[in-house]
Amino acid sequence: MALPVEKYLRVAKMPHIWCPGCGHGIVLQSIVRAIHELELDTEKTVIVSGIGCSARAPGYLNFDTLHTTHGRAIAFATGIKLAKPELNVIVITGDGDAAAIGGNHLIHAARRNLDLTVICFNNNIYGMTSGQYSPLTPQGSYATTSPYGMLENPFDLCNLVMGAGGTFAARSTTHHARQLTNIIKEAISHKGFAFVDALSQCPTYFGRRNKLRTPREMMKWFEDRAVPARNWDKMSPEEREGKFPVGVLTKTQAPELTEVYGQLIEQLQQRGGE
Amino acid sequence: MRLELRLAGEGGQGLITAGIILAEACAEYTDLNVVQTQSYGPESRGGASRADVIISSHEIDYPQVKKPDVLIVLAQEACDKYLPTVKDGGTVIIDTTYVKPVPEAQSQRVKVIEFPVSAKARELGREIVANIVALGLLVETTGIVPKDAVIAAILDRVPKGTEELNKQAFAAGVEAAKAL
Amino acid sequence: MIKNQARLLQGNEAVVEGAIAAGLKFFAGYPITPSTEIAEQCAAKLPAAGGTFIQMEDEIASMAAVCGASLAGAKSMTATSGPGFSLKQENLGFAVKGEIPCVVVNVQRVGPSTGMPTSPAQGDVMQARWGAHGDHEIVALCPSSVEEAFSLTVEAFNIAEEYRTPVILLMDEVIGHLREKVVLPSKEELVVKEREKPSVPQGEYKPFAMKQGNIPGVPPLAAYGEGYRFHVTGLTHGEDGFPTNNPAIAEKQLKRLNEKISSNKEALVKVEEFHLDDAEIVVFAYGATARSARKAVNDARAQGIKAGMLRPVTIWPFAEDALLKVKAKSPKAVIVAEMNLGQMVLPVKRVMGDSVPVVQVNKLAGQLIEPEEILSAVKEAI
Repeated sequence: MALPVEKYLRVAKMPHIWCPGCGHGIVLQSIVRAIHELELDTEKTVIVSGIGCSARAPGYLNFDTLHTTHGRAIAFATGIKLAKPELNVIVITGDGDAAAIGGNHLIHAARRNLDLTVICFNNNIYGMTSGQYSPLTPQGSYATTSPYGMLENPFDLCNLVMGAGGTFAARSTTHHARQLTNIIKEAISHKGFAFVDALSQCPTYFGRRNKLRTPREMMKWFEDRAVPARNWDKMSPEEREGKFPVGVLTKTQAPELTEVYGQLIEQLQQRGGE
Repeated sequence: MRLELRLAGEGGQGLITAGIILAEACAEYTDLNVVQTQSYGPESRGGASRADVIISSHEIDYPQVKKPDVLIVLAQEACDKYLPTVKDGGTVIIDTTYVKPVPEAQSQRVKVIEFPVSAKARELGREIVANIVALGLLVETTGIVPKDAVIAAILDRVPKGTEELNKQAFAAGVEAAKAL
Repeated sequence: MIKNQARLLQGNEAVVEGAIAAGLKFFAGYPITPSTEIAEQCAAKLPAAGGTFIQMEDEIASMAAVCGASLAGAKSMTATSGPGFSLKQENLGFAVKGEIPCVVVNVQRVGPSTGMPTSPAQGDVMQARWGAHGDHEIVALCPSSVEEAFSLTVEAFNIAEEYRTPVILLMDEVIGHLREKVVLPSKEELVVKEREKPSVPQGEYKPFAMKQGNIPGVPPLAAYGEGYRFHVTGLTHGEDGFPTNNPAIAEKQLKRLNEKISSNKEALVKVEEFHLDDAEIVVFAYGATARSARKAVNDARAQGIKAGMLRPVTIWPFAEDALLKVKAKSPKAVIVAEMNLGQMVLPVKRVMGDSVPVVQVNKLAGQLIEPEEILSAVKEAI
């Protein structure tokens, strides 16, 4: 489907600030394509971000947009959604944003099953500040703050969201752009908290320290490690080593917060009116 | 006229509620000005719990009770703690169910009224209304808040089904004060 | 028996009554003594008033959610106390920068750190002024009665909405927990202001325009979902809301941001002048401390001492003009009484210069300053 770019992008704000080879443009494109294919009302859709490379995406998107403080995008979005439940609220976040400084907001939004779509531009590095390790940097990888290799265990954000009660969690990569678009479509359509872990390459700050100097090498790295979710369950722990599942990892139904709260308001107002 | 009252006891004896009821009676059913404060936090959990009420025909500027004109105490610890705060010539009402007689040094300084408040409440059916018996004593002793105002305020606040018991408790306190 | 018009309300409760009367539609908070009653009352009352309450996962998130809800068009509030107020500062700064109307209540307790959670203090006066990083103006109001907890909450919303700015209601534990007889104004008596909406076509809307709006320097604010599709960022931005590193634009915008408050001081700053006409000694006090000061002034007058009180109702911006009026009458001394080690005393000294002695009465161990302490300072100064 041809994409009417000018409808969705603030083309006057281009060129974007992302480095050559950065994967964020691919994720952005998947979001725009998903919105287009779902025919979302552009006047009823709000896009919220935190701080970091990913956080600049809303500036290029022709919607109501909010570029907030580091880690807090989901908390700001919570206020927007609760105040105006009829809005589609999409959060664009980074891995440092969502998993480190904003980790608490991620798990609580998942627990509440608030109808937000959270898309994590996961490049497993702090790009904006030039390459420090994040909670998603793979063990052994090099970053400016892990000059001897990453010593800590990384998070699996989809598992974290599932554990916290999120009703939709999925993962894809910039290598799997079509799948990524479909997953984002499904996430936006999902009633309840939906999380997408979108792996995006950062050849500039992650790749060059980890023998993946070009975008091509990095996307190949995604391709080699990604396993379709349907195959993942059949794999032994040894087979899973160094790999990750892509696709929809969980999708369940549960009462959504704004619906439940709306019912409470209705009940109390009826009671007050009697 | 500015009257400073202190109601004190153990947490759970309902004295903060009694203080609020008295203040609500003044605020909502009379022309009197009133402020109410209480102990908070660790002080209000176990140990001595306290509600203060200032009633005045004028504007109330400084809102805290330093030296109460009248103190009513339903527990020994509260008595030990707050009896010395009562102003010279003030009145202290003690619940003899739980409080030992006031030491002579203090009884020469303040007027002491003794009544088995909690035992009376128990006799009426439930000790939980001891705070309302205390309120009756306090209102009759001080005489500045009309009793029907206090009864109305009690009925605004107590749980449904306990109205009669609370009315009886208040009346018992009033009668006791009259008799003493 | 028939009830009169008055009610017995707690200060914290009056804040919620005031907020709902002013049109509060969203509250996000986190439990913290001594402000928790505000969250509890909002949880109970807001849904019936068609609004939404949420207890967020922390103080930071509460402030963030309030900003988000306000941008979606809802009048929004959060409430906290000292340590929580510290945590909110980054997003409070975001609200300043994004020009997001909201009300932040801080019921002050003794600090620093956990301090004395159930005891009163006025130690956040300077945090209210400078807690958020970077140059900015802030509006903070300081109630000294339960009645004012109501009326200043309404006023806080009015200022927030009219000036597109966060407003701090700087209470203290004494007023927050005090129950007092109050007569609330009727709906007809109440002045409730709404934020100005853009009147330009959607494509021409500039959410941070230099010259627009009823109040100079305050651009109208659309709500998300109304079709304006505008951008809000904490980055320094131009009139269109998009980030800029252009020093000329940055300077213009930052000046507008500050001047929309500083050049409207006359309208914003309210004080109470009590027996100031012939006062030889002037007590400068705010919040609960002003209650003690009022008694001290009355007692001093009863003893033939010409004392008066200047009470800043608006604590920020600073009541400089009212103090200059005091200075012009050359009083023998100004006594600054506050439940801290002297946070307002320096601003007062700056205005008084060398011509009027400034005396401090301070208390910081969790007790309200007593009228006698102020009275004895008055007597010493005369």
